Amino acid sequence: MIEVNALAHVYDKGRRLKFPSWEIADMEQWLLLGASGSGKSTLLNIISGLLKPSQGGVLINGTDLYTLPAREQDRFRGRHIGIVFQRPHLIRSLNVLDNLELAAVMAGLPIDYERNLSLLADLDIAELAKNYPDELSQGQLQRVSVARALVNRPDLLIADEPTSSLDDENASQVIQMLTTQAKDNGAALIIATHDGRVKNHITKTYLL
Amino acid sequence: MNIFKISSKNLVRNKLTTVLNIILVAFGVGILSILFLASTQINNKLEKNAKDIDLVVGAKGSPLQLILSSVYHIDYPTGNIPAKDANKLMHNPMVKRAVPLALGDNYNGYRIVGTDSTFSNLYGLSIQKGSFWQKDLEVTLGSTVAITSGLKIGDSFFGAHGLTGNGDVHKQHAYQVKGILKPQGNITDNLILTNIGSVYKMHEEKHAEGHSHSAAEEAKEINDKQITALLIQYKSPMSVILFPRMVNQSTNMQAASPAMESARLFSLIGVGIDTLQWFAIFIMGIAALSIFISLYNAMKERKYDLAIMRCLGASKSKLFFLVMFEGVLVTFIGACLGLLIGHAALELIGSYQESSQAKLTGLTAVPQEMYLILIGLVIGAFASLIPAMQIYKVDIAQTLTKDR
Repeated sequence: MIEVNALAHVYDKGRRLKFPSWEIADMEQWLLLGASGSGKSTLLNIISGLLKPSQGGVLINGTDLYTLPAREQDRFRGRHIGIVFQRPHLIRSLNVLDNLELAAVMAGLPIDYERNLSLLADLDIAELAKNYPDELSQGQLQRVSVARALVNRPDLLIADEPTSSLDDENASQVIQMLTTQAKDNGAALIIATHDGRVKNHITKTYLL
Repeated sequence: MNIFKISSKNLVRNKLTTVLNIILVAFGVGILSILFLASTQINNKLEKNAKDIDLVVGAKGSPLQLILSSVYHIDYPTGNIPAKDANKLMHNPMVKRAVPLALGDNYNGYRIVGTDSTFSNLYGLSIQKGSFWQKDLEVTLGSTVAITSGLKIGDSFFGAHGLTGNGDVHKQHAYQVKGILKPQGNITDNLILTNIGSVYKMHEEKHAEGHSHSAAEEAKEINDKQITALLIQYKSPMSVILFPRMVNQSTNMQAASPAMESARLFSLIGVGIDTLQWFAIFIMGIAALSIFISLYNAMKERKYDLAIMRCLGASKSKLFFLVMFEGVLVTFIGACLGLLIGHAALELIGSYQESSQAKLTGLTAVPQEMYLILIGLVIGAFASLIPAMQIYKVDIAQTLTKDR
């Protein structure tokens, strides 16, 4: 489904990152491993259409993401890729349910109220639907951000360092949650991490 | 969930800033709308009431006072003129129509005007109920007078001496209501009309008490009678120059032109209006600055929100519109509130105003007010333009990778 070919990116400061070729099939689950500074986030940003690479391209279902016009790139990202950030980054003026609805609205898709509720229920946070982000714990916020990434039924779920600030138990729970949710929603999964604890859950690895 | 909801939720989250900005815009717009309304209303009243009156002749004194007292019925008259001299002027060949006025009494603050049928021709009066006054002590009420005083046809009342207040009541003679005028939308709504003879009768008795008059004496006295002023309409525009000069130079009376005097009056008020106008514009400027600063500062924090929305698939133009919309929404609410404040304030001012003749009201609108809302929108768009432009500069990938 996703092909990364001869990809390289040069930052303004002159730092050059090269990425080996990578092919991800439908519903495959991958670990993106590498030390900090090895370019994990850069690669994820390139795959999700946020950062135009200096060389090479990203083929998603056969189309090169970066040949699309800017508006189409935004649209594509909204509809096909769900991103879970290191920090939850929810909109603080909106409650949990509104944050989920925002994902649909921003991608230009109709709001599916039932699905949003069932997503929250799957993640055990149904009772928080009307709460504001300021009232939630860090773990709950992360669950909401996973739910938000899944709202538009993406083909690919990307998680950037989801476990870096968690203890063993919570880390394993989050990985569990990501893998099952990706599977249940029919999405491929990429987890970028330098956290050894994740290795036990996912076998396919791409090393930087 | 739509852009409107996102914007308004964000505005509600920053309540204090939002309220401050709304208030600033509201005050600016409020002051401007009061100025628009008041100056339009005053101008309208001045024009409407002076319509068809080319010249006023009265006793020497301030020409502005003469106009105010005999055309707008606001100020006190400059004094009286001999009816004999007035009569001569009335028959001058340059005069098309001359209306004599005899002022001096009031009823509950409404002036009782002694005049003749030329008055109703001049103002184009028509009767709603009853008839015009015919004999001494018969009156016809203006529509406002009839409504507020509750007087009906056949009722009688006593006039009080002076132009305001109920101090010195003429108990000897009661006026009798003969008719009520249709609302005219001008000064005549607030007047009580009668013939000149009634006014003479009121005042003559006072001084003549205990005397007995012979018929001859009375006839002579009527010739010695005085009136307050004469409203004049020319036959041709040519007289504009000649006639006033003739009056001012060859008689002991003065002539004043309503058009000139009200223009003079308006230029006097105009200075104050200009000052207030600049003040309001200044406040609007401050409002624009305040909105700009608060949006600009908020962008630092909102950068994350906006980057997230970009990740979720929002285009740059959509977010640009979102930020612009927030600024415009604040000024739009402010402008509408300002108009409301302006109208309410003017209505309040009107209700405290004593002179019923020049009453201001907040219940009418002028088309310029639409411009005020438009100006509000433009200010909002202008103030949020630079913050919104930042959307195009934000590096989403970098913003989101960095810790908050």
